[in-house]
Amino acid sequence: MTEQTSPVPPKAHAASGPADQPPGRTHPGPSPLDIPARPGPQKAAPPRPAPPANSDAPAQPAAAEPAAGRAQNGRPAGTSQPAASHPAAAQPAAAQPAAGQAAGTAASGPAIKARVTGAQALVMAMEQIGVEVVFGIPGGAVLPAYDPLLDSDKIRHILVRHEQGAGHAATGYAQATGRVGVCMATSGPGATNLVTPLADAYMDSVPVVAITGQVSTNLIGTDGFQEADISGITLPITKHNFLVTKPEDIARTVAEAFHLAGTGRPGPVLVDIAKDAMQAMTDFTWPVQYDLPGYHPVTRPHSRQVREAARMITDAKKPVLYVGGGVIKAGAAAELKELAELTHAPVVTTLMARGAFPDSHPQHLGMPGMHGTVAAVGALQRADLIVALGARFDDRVTGKLDTFAPDALIVHADIDPAEISKNRRADVPIVGDCKEVIAELITAVQAERAHGREPDHAEWWVQLNQWRSKYPLGYTDPDDGSLAPEYVIERIGKLVGPDAVYLAGVGQHQMWAAQFIDYENPRTWINSGGAGTMGFAVPAALGAKVGMPDTPVWAIDGDGCFQMTNQELATCVIEGIPVKIAIINNGSLGMVRQWQTLFYNERYSNTNLGDKKAEVAGTRVPDFVKLAEAYGCIGLRCEKKDDVDAIIEQAMAINDQPVVIDFVVHKDAMVWPMVAAGTSNDDIKFARGMAPDWEAMDE
Amino acid sequence: MSQHTLSVLVENKPGVLVRIAGLFSRRGFNIDSLAVGPTEHEEISRMTIVVNCDEHPLEQVTKQLNKLINVLKIVELDAAQAVQRELILVKVRADADTRSKVLETVELFRAHVVDVALDAVTVEATGSHDKLEALVRVLEPFGIKELVQSGAIAVGRGGRSITDRTLRPLERSA
Repeated sequence: MTEQTSPVPPKAHAASGPADQPPGRTHPGPSPLDIPARPGPQKAAPPRPAPPANSDAPAQPAAAEPAAGRAQNGRPAGTSQPAASHPAAAQPAAAQPAAGQAAGTAASGPAIKARVTGAQALVMAMEQIGVEVVFGIPGGAVLPAYDPLLDSDKIRHILVRHEQGAGHAATGYAQATGRVGVCMATSGPGATNLVTPLADAYMDSVPVVAITGQVSTNLIGTDGFQEADISGITLPITKHNFLVTKPEDIARTVAEAFHLAGTGRPGPVLVDIAKDAMQAMTDFTWPVQYDLPGYHPVTRPHSRQVREAARMITDAKKPVLYVGGGVIKAGAAAELKELAELTHAPVVTTLMARGAFPDSHPQHLGMPGMHGTVAAVGALQRADLIVALGARFDDRVTGKLDTFAPDALIVHADIDPAEISKNRRADVPIVGDCKEVIAELITAVQAERAHGREPDHAEWWVQLNQWRSKYPLGYTDPDDGSLAPEYVIERIGKLVGPDAVYLAGVGQHQMWAAQFIDYENPRTWINSGGAGTMGFAVPAALGAKVGMPDTPVWAIDGDGCFQMTNQELATCVIEGIPVKIAIINNGSLGMVRQWQTLFYNERYSNTNLGDKKAEVAGTRVPDFVKLAEAYGCIGLRCEKKDDVDAIIEQAMAINDQPVVIDFVVHKDAMVWPMVAAGTSNDDIKFARGMAPDWEAMDE
Repeated sequence: MSQHTLSVLVENKPGVLVRIAGLFSRRGFNIDSLAVGPTEHEEISRMTIVVNCDEHPLEQVTKQLNKLINVLKIVELDAAQAVQRELILVKVRADADTRSKVLETVELFRAHVVDVALDAVTVEATGSHDKLEALVRVLEPFGIKELVQSGAIAVGRGGRSITDRTLRPLERSA
């Protein structure tokens, strides 16, 4: 009989708050708990009316202790030990504050008991958890929740223009800060509009909690007005979801949702609450006890596996550290740098991991994958050992899987056991949080050193450096004097610098932004990686700016992407969220057009977004400058190389309003290098029809 | 490809079955049979899932199942060390001429007749998949009017219980 039980946590640990932990970024930023300043119109924050809480506050130490546990972690969401939970473990809340309690109880403040409505319980629970901002739109079924929200002086609600914007804003906020992002919508169409951002957050493991109103319990299942089975619809695209029909379940479920979203492998969690449950009275008590007997994420790696990995790293002649988004989620950038410098192994950072390792670092080979550098792709292909850290061997990284890195042994560390050996079999699997895994790897490699075993990668570096110098990233200016999109993006990166947060939509501009901006810090590059959601940039930038109000936030967007979600400019203006949007306007769905150029005989079926008869480059329908101005943003346009710097600097000088820049660029620019979909990484082209000469390199 | 029997302990909550069925379908795993029912613990249900796949996909199935929040535990039951049973009800054509022959067959398989009509009998049988297949093969010549079959359920041999240990994770880790 083989047992494959979910592992049990080694110790009942203090539950640490996913929502209110300090973010793991290393460059200066505002205090994570600062409520963003609101230059725009503010809602008056009246004192809470007739306190629903008759706070019969018991002695406070209950709350003080978990807070200590949290501080000592100093990690972002997704890395804390799970709370021990058990259906039968009904410890009295006050007796044992450390174990099994709701994340938010860590916040200072006494235990609470109050007779309130379900909706008040929802808002109070979110306040206790430490939620500072909610992105959403009200509607019939969720109205009860919006009423007490009006009175909350802790939670800022940002009214977006489309629920998809709310979802992506929550994602942008979470990715920028490391805290759980929250979005809210009503039943039916409101909830289904969250489907795309939830799928997006699921693919990129982003901690997001979505609260949706549901029709009253007596209407559920009757095809009631604005009824949709949103928990059924989002089953495959959430880490977990709940349908709550009883008011007494609301506070506990909300606490569980935040705990699930922010711990283990982070992900979106949806809580669908029936309207009548929000209207009914209930006894709110805080802290609450989780009831999640089947949830035990493993964060601490197995030490024997780690020692084995360290031995392999030391023995390897051609190792590569293949770094994924998990390293950023775990707040492990500092550990990664230490491990890289200790082993002197080359590092590649995936699209989700840009910023996890400084681009300026001499050991950084850049991004691997379909549009990765020749050096990064070549290094993985020729490696004898790949150490995958928080990465998942996505098809856009491996190319044709059975030709990927044919000679490499694989060490695969991930917090999600199901990722290990999913696509590529791991020789040494390590389940654990990247911060702990890398820290232990460092110790284990040092132990190898202490026994006189030194890695020797000198020959490997000769080869890597040849690839690097012979095949650097590059582009050419168009012959007709029009703007090269790569140049625009490169200049934005240079002038705005590595301390800003950059976002992108999906397509050519996204790849160029990943390639031509130098990232030095984690959480400074936010994009839709796994799902490839066009329209991500504007709302996600909005959310990121709310989370990082003192940091410049630049969205690099395409003209196609921008038109999918640009209505959130209204939200930015009215709520006072001064983001910068750089539209790389080539008048077409550029990446699709590139594939039509390369694989469909230049038959441009439905990729031209501009007026077919117009002679100007880019599209003028709509006129993005006028559109920006119509929304109350500053609109700028740039069509000449000589103007690029001045216009970027002009935008940088504006800090009290959103700025939209229409960079009109040449439409035939293509993203290189490229590994065509379904082909081997060995067949990478660094320009059209140009393959690297691997053999020459091998000499 | 080989057959594997998974015992999956899950929280007894609404929607758990659809989570599991949905996971199988969207990850492209095939279920040969699935049976679900209560256990000796009110808060736990037990599913017996029979899948036909290679070792590697089986590992993925198990890991993906384990990720479901409502799944408490997964145990693969080795055929040699477990008792596995299915139940069938077969309505067989049986008139005055053939009834005695049908009954004789039923007897041979240690099955039972649970309903008799002028032109048919309904046979109930439990056993391994192979035994039930053999019974059906022998009954077929008489004419099968209707057949209904349960998924397999299985339990490990010996005195150990997989549910006991599921209920004690905290004690063990303390």
